[in-house]
Amino acid sequence: MKKQIDNRENFLKGFIRENPVFSLLLGLCPALGVTTTAINGLGMGLATTFVLLMSNVVIALIKNLIPDKVRIPSFIVIIASFVTIVDLVMAGYLPALHAQLGLFIPLIVVNCIVLGRAEAFASKNKVLASAVDALGMGFGFAFALTLLGAVRELLGSLSLFGVKLIPGDGLLVFVLAPGAFIALGFLVALVNWYKREEEKKGKSKKVAA
Amino acid sequence: MLYLESLAIQPKKIEIDMKKRSSSFINMFVTLAVVTLAASASLGFVYQLTKEPIAKAQLEKQKKAINEVLPGFDNDPIAAQFKLPIPESSDSLLFYPVIKGEQVLGHAIKTYSSKGYSGDIWIMLGMDQQGKVTQYAVLEHKETPGLGSKISAEQFREQFIGLLDEPEVTKDGGRIDAISGATISSRAVCEAIVKAQATWQQLADNN
Repeated sequence: MKKQIDNRENFLKGFIRENPVFSLLLGLCPALGVTTTAINGLGMGLATTFVLLMSNVVIALIKNLIPDKVRIPSFIVIIASFVTIVDLVMAGYLPALHAQLGLFIPLIVVNCIVLGRAEAFASKNKVLASAVDALGMGFGFAFALTLLGAVRELLGSLSLFGVKLIPGDGLLVFVLAPGAFIALGFLVALVNWYKREEEKKGKSKKVAA
Repeated sequence: MLYLESLAIQPKKIEIDMKKRSSSFINMFVTLAVVTLAASASLGFVYQLTKEPIAKAQLEKQKKAINEVLPGFDNDPIAAQFKLPIPESSDSLLFYPVIKGEQVLGHAIKTYSSKGYSGDIWIMLGMDQQGKVTQYAVLEHKETPGLGSKISAEQFREQFIGLLDEPEVTKDGGRIDAISGATISSRAVCEAIVKAQATWQQLADNN
C-alpha cells in the first residue's frame, strides 16, 4: 500500500512540485527553442519522454555493472543511442512531424533533464521506480512545453494547435526568442504562486488538525 | 544455528560486493567497450530497419511536391529525371519532366539557395513549357519557425504564380512582397527560383 502511494507521488511530482521546466528550470534550451507552437511543444515533450523512459530503465538495469568513474560517458552513450533511434524512427514513420522537429531532436542528447534523471534517480533506484520517475518527469516536461507553446502560439500567431482563432498577425515578439523568455518568466511566477498557496493550505490544515 | 546465521548474512554480503564495480582500469575499459559496442550494434540494427521507410518517405515527399507544383500528370517524373548544369557554376540541378498523356506539361526543378537565414533552402519549382512559374513547394529549410518558415505559406507562395521574369523582393526593386521579419529568407527563395529559371533557359534554347 505504501509503495503505491510512493509511486503515485513519484509520478505526480514532475507536474508541478518538481516540474523540470517550471520548478527545476532544466532543459530550457529545447523549452525555449521549439515552443513556437503548441504542437511542436507536445511533440518535443513526448520524444523527450520516450528517451527519458528508455534511458532511465536501461541505466537502472545496469547501474551496478558500471564503474563510478566512467558512469557519465556510459550514460551519455546510452542516451545518445536512444535519441538517434527516435530520430531514425520518426524520419521513417512520421515524416511530417520529423520535418517540424527534426532540427531539435538531436538536441535531446544535451537536455540536462535526461542526464540529470539518470544521474540523480536511475543510478540509485530500482527499475520500476526509475520508469515511473521518467514518465512523471517526461510528462511534466511535455506539459510545460505544450503550455508554453500554447501561450506563445496564442499571442504570437493568434492560433492554437494550428487552428487560427482570431484573424490577424499577433505579437511578433512571442514568436521570437525574447517572447519565449517573457512567457516562461510569467509561467514560472504563476507556478511559484500556486505552490506557495498550496503550502499555505497545507499548513493551515495541519494547524486545524 | 550458526549455519543459519551465516546463510542469512550471505546475501547481504553479496549485495555489498555487487553494489558497484570498482573503477579499475580494466573494468572501465571493458565497460566502455561493451557499452559503445552495444550502442553501435543497436543503432546499426535500427538503421537497417528504418532505411527503407525513410527512403520511401523522401520519395513520397518529392512526388507530393511535384504534384503540388504541376498537378495532373500520369508519368513517373522521378524515373525520368535528368541533370542540367547551372550556368556559370559547377553545380547542377535536377529536372523532372512532367507529362500527361502525350503532352508535356512542364518541368519540376529541384533547386536551392544557400543564402537563407540558416542552412540551405531546397524548393521544388514548377515551370510550364513557356517558362512560366506554376508554383513552388518547399522541400527542406532550417529558417526560423514563425518567421522564415512562412516561405511555405500559401500567402507568400502565390505571388510567384504565373511569373515570367526573375523574381525580386520589393526592397531590391522587384514585385515580391517579402515576409515581414524575414527578408533574407524571402530573398533566398527568389535566388533559388532565378537559378532554376537560368538553368531552364538552356532547355528552351535547345528546343
